[in-house]
Amino acid sequence: MTARKDPSTRSAPPRLARTLAVTSGKGGVGKTLVSANLAASLARRGQRVLVLDADLGLANLDVVLNLQPKVTLHDVFNGKAELESAILSAPGGFSVLLAGSGLVEYSRLTNDVREQLMGIVEKLKPHFDFILLDTGAGISDVVLFAVSLASEVLVVATPEPTSLTDAYATIKVLATQQDRRHIKLIVNQAARAGEGRAIRGQLQQVIDRYVLPALPTGATLKLELLGEVLSDTAVREAVLKRQLIVEAMPGCPAAAAIGALAVRLLA
Amino acid sequence: MVASAPAPANAIELHTALQLLAQAGRELPADAEPGSVQWMQALIDALCDMSSRDALTGLANRRQFEVTLSREVDRVARSGEPALVLMADIDNFKVVNDKHGHPAGDQVIKSVAATLLECVRPMDTVARFGGEEFMIILPNCPPAFGHVVAERIRAQIERLSVGIAPGQHVWTTISIGGAFAPPWVRSSPLIWVERADRQLYRAKTSGRNRVCLEHAEVYQVSAEEKSMLFGLHDSQDLE
Repeated sequence: MTARKDPSTRSAPPRLARTLAVTSGKGGVGKTLVSANLAASLARRGQRVLVLDADLGLANLDVVLNLQPKVTLHDVFNGKAELESAILSAPGGFSVLLAGSGLVEYSRLTNDVREQLMGIVEKLKPHFDFILLDTGAGISDVVLFAVSLASEVLVVATPEPTSLTDAYATIKVLATQQDRRHIKLIVNQAARAGEGRAIRGQLQQVIDRYVLPALPTGATLKLELLGEVLSDTAVREAVLKRQLIVEAMPGCPAAAAIGALAVRLLA
Repeated sequence: MVASAPAPANAIELHTALQLLAQAGRELPADAEPGSVQWMQALIDALCDMSSRDALTGLANRRQFEVTLSREVDRVARSGEPALVLMADIDNFKVVNDKHGHPAGDQVIKSVAATLLECVRPMDTVARFGGEEFMIILPNCPPAFGHVVAERIRAQIERLSVGIAPGQHVWTTISIGGAFAPPWVRSSPLIWVERADRQLYRAKTSGRNRVCLEHAEVYQVSAEEKSMLFGLHDSQDLE
């Protein structure tokens, strides 16, 4: 069963990027790792991809990708630099736009920052096929705002109980506050094949029982398993070397799994 | 080190400030010598107070509201205490204005403002946000209490009879939307207000004269949800 993509993104004017927010609830589940490697996988398949580091308070995409940004969004907002100069080329053949620390002081959003961010995403849409918004951890208003900039949501979770609970809480908030009716799930660090499917089923059950009653009558909330990434020692190695797994170890199971995510996104 | 002497009062243009205070009916302490430091301090305090209040109702104005709200956001992030923001809007206010004139409209706004103040605790902040719209910040307000206070406000306003001319009264109703600040999380004042606004919109579109609060428990996962999430639920069902 291959799910069709949101009709809303399909019916948009042609050549505008699909916007996906990558979020997780709990931190440390591999959200940034998934974003970066998924971006590289999509790029390998001929897609023009931009990863926007929307972890406005505590960005670390630059650390994962071993980038030394000279110009960040912070400078663009301050009028010190042009937007074009803040877009970096990442090792995986995709582009990166870093928020830069200080953009949102103490993670505080001002109207200005919000409008500017929204404007920037709109401005970039014609130039890319995919824009991935790597959000911060937690369910703070800043994260919810970053997610609201994207038309599709991708929740990354691990089988750990705390991660599942936070992923569930995130899904619940997105359904009730942002009227999300279709959310994609990636299960990272799965211990065995098929664990992702089991987790999706479990989450869907709890959603149907506890979240649906809070939604308008007749509404549904579909959780789609985009894929699972098995726990893989190669991942740890790549992370420590600050390399992309799909670049440095393309043959490893995790790289293959992330490649499959890209294929499914494009299906 | 010698402290620099305060600028002599006669070197500062105070005419407009004094005129403003007189117009607002504010008096400076009689025992303070005009031009003295004490007198200047009282003058500045009175101006500050005026600039934080709404002229028509005497409630906190929008500027003061924003200062208080940011402070509350900080406090919630540190303490984890529940806090609620209510956004209230007088229903069909335009009708009052059109039918009875703007002075009657002003009278309705003043009476509603006074009623709002009566319904809340001294620690709460009631502000006029604009036109016929009010904001109320309730620090340390558990969800159960939030529902009670919002409903109390709605009911009091429904009962309120406003005299707009001798022998002439009007009645009005109010719609209220509210959102709790997520505890332990540094929210943004702007989004918090937006969330309350969304609930107010819900209250308006579902018939007015009602209270809609965002589910406070939305951020929390109950024990029942957890047990189902981790598969304990199924075995119970099979019993």
